[in-house]
Amino acid sequence: MSDQNFLTLENLTLAYGDTVAVKDLNLTIGKGELVAFLGPSGCGKTTTMRAIAGLLSPASGHVKLDGVDITRVSANKRNVGLMFQSYALFPHLSVYENVAFGLRLKKTPAAELDKRVRAGITSVGLTDYADRKPAELSGGQQQRVALARSMVMEPKVLLLDEPLSNLDARLRLDMRSELQRVQKETGVTMIFVTHDQGEALSLADRIVVMKRGAIEQIGSPEDIYNRPTSAFVADFVGFENIFELSDGRLKTPKGLVEISGPVPIAAGLAWRPRMVTLGSGPFQGAVRGASFAGNSREYLLDTPLGPIKAEVDAALPSHELGAELAFDLPVAAAAQLRKFG
Amino acid sequence: MMARNLFIPITLGLVIAFLIGPFLIIVAASFSAGETLAFPPQGFSLRWIAKVFTVESFRDSFFMSLFLAIGGTLAALILGIPASYALSRYKLPGAETIRTIVSAPIIVPGIIVGLSLLRYIVVPFQVGITLALFLAHTALILPYAVRVVSASLGNLRSDIEEAAVLLGSSRLGAFFRVVLPNIRGGIMSAFILGFVTSFNQVPVSLFLSGPGVRTLPVDMIAYMEIVFDPSVAALSALLAFMSIGIVFIAERFLGFSRYV
Repeated sequence: MSDQNFLTLENLTLAYGDTVAVKDLNLTIGKGELVAFLGPSGCGKTTTMRAIAGLLSPASGHVKLDGVDITRVSANKRNVGLMFQSYALFPHLSVYENVAFGLRLKKTPAAELDKRVRAGITSVGLTDYADRKPAELSGGQQQRVALARSMVMEPKVLLLDEPLSNLDARLRLDMRSELQRVQKETGVTMIFVTHDQGEALSLADRIVVMKRGAIEQIGSPEDIYNRPTSAFVADFVGFENIFELSDGRLKTPKGLVEISGPVPIAAGLAWRPRMVTLGSGPFQGAVRGASFAGNSREYLLDTPLGPIKAEVDAALPSHELGAELAFDLPVAAAAQLRKFG
Repeated sequence: MMARNLFIPITLGLVIAFLIGPFLIIVAASFSAGETLAFPPQGFSLRWIAKVFTVESFRDSFFMSLFLAIGGTLAALILGIPASYALSRYKLPGAETIRTIVSAPIIVPGIIVGLSLLRYIVVPFQVGITLALFLAHTALILPYAVRVVSASLGNLRSDIEEAAVLLGSSRLGAFFRVVLPNIRGGIMSAFILGFVTSFNQVPVSLFLSGPGVRTLPVDMIAYMEIVFDPSVAALSALLAFMSIGIVFIAERFLGFSRYV
């Protein structure tokens, strides 16, 4: 075992009854990594996380942590922390007792327990709230209690279920930096599940995009954002003009269309609205919709290629509805998709 | 316009009169100095209230009722808490059927419950009177226990159990450490509701009572058939105050009405 394969999932298949949620999944996560499982609901990201935690036992395959096969180790003996989306604090216990819960079960000596619990509460900035009940705290504070409660156990892996989705914009920034701080200070391996690409891009070292129970793409936030390798990922991260390639030509609703420039060997090409050149180029389109978005203007064009979305600087002169515009889809800028559909 | 303004207060007054009236009449009658149960009471005395405590069968049947109410409720809770937990946490096949069967004793008239227990359980299996009463009361309280405890479990998130497990607790330990403490109020409410239901139960007990073993309400009916003095009114008043007292304490300390 090296630090590179601290946590490995091997041929993991997960099912609820007869419904297969995750199929033959393989993944290796390094020690201290901050990984995001990204995907729409039903893609298997939460299921995979629950299997790592031990709350769901796999139909087949293995989970290995720190060199040990923990597939059959029960959830209460794995030392894997999980911060629930709803926080799952114990309503009848104070903040202090919530944080102390796990240490008490481990029969930690009183003095050490008190020291660690207080340090945990202080580290999330809730020193003055130790005696409060969860119901007396705001959502953001409750979440920090949940974080302290998991971290005080010094877990090998900390799993986070949609850690930012219940928070408003300001708290979201706080929590994001809080999680980054915890990760930096403790070096804990973190995996978080999210359906929000912004969350994944801003927080993770590495993103695992999932679709229908399988991994679609793994890469750095830059890779995922700039170089999606499948139509699904491209669509998910905002490439709105996506075409399948056939013999070096674009497949459109109205047949194959030639495109200028050296066309790469790929299953498809994708362009963000911002990558579309408007005002010049070999194609023609009529403005069907226009919207102003502060810094930019977005146009929806009716074209022989089908609908095309383009985004241009708002400082440029605007176009009327119905106006005929020339545009180009520059091949050099396009994301090259290896997988289509 | 006038008639309309009076309609609501008059209706309200009648409803209150019908609900509270009999109780006031009973309380007044129990302070009567006369020899027979009558209203308005003749004079004022505490002799009938004092007499209640001297009638031996009242004392015996009171303790029988107390035993059935406490024992039956505890038994119903011991069966009902795990049942509620299973019904609310797991997708059991036939969960709705189980729920219906469990609530049947509320829906089926007491006389039928009493008669069927007598005809098909007590007589063929030679079940003792006390045991028969105990079983019947447990069955009668069970629906209340399941309903109130389920409501309380429904308000509790199930992921706190998973959180406890991930912090090192076993599944069973999680139930005792984080589920039970959070449904304590519901359990206490179920206990009180069960206690009062059992204590006031007549039809089923009527069928199952036998020589020397009676519940208090059954004993009161038997007493009235022979003696028509105000002591029954005095006893009713005392029991009513006991129930009110219990419910008041429950509401005060547990927020009883949240669960019922």
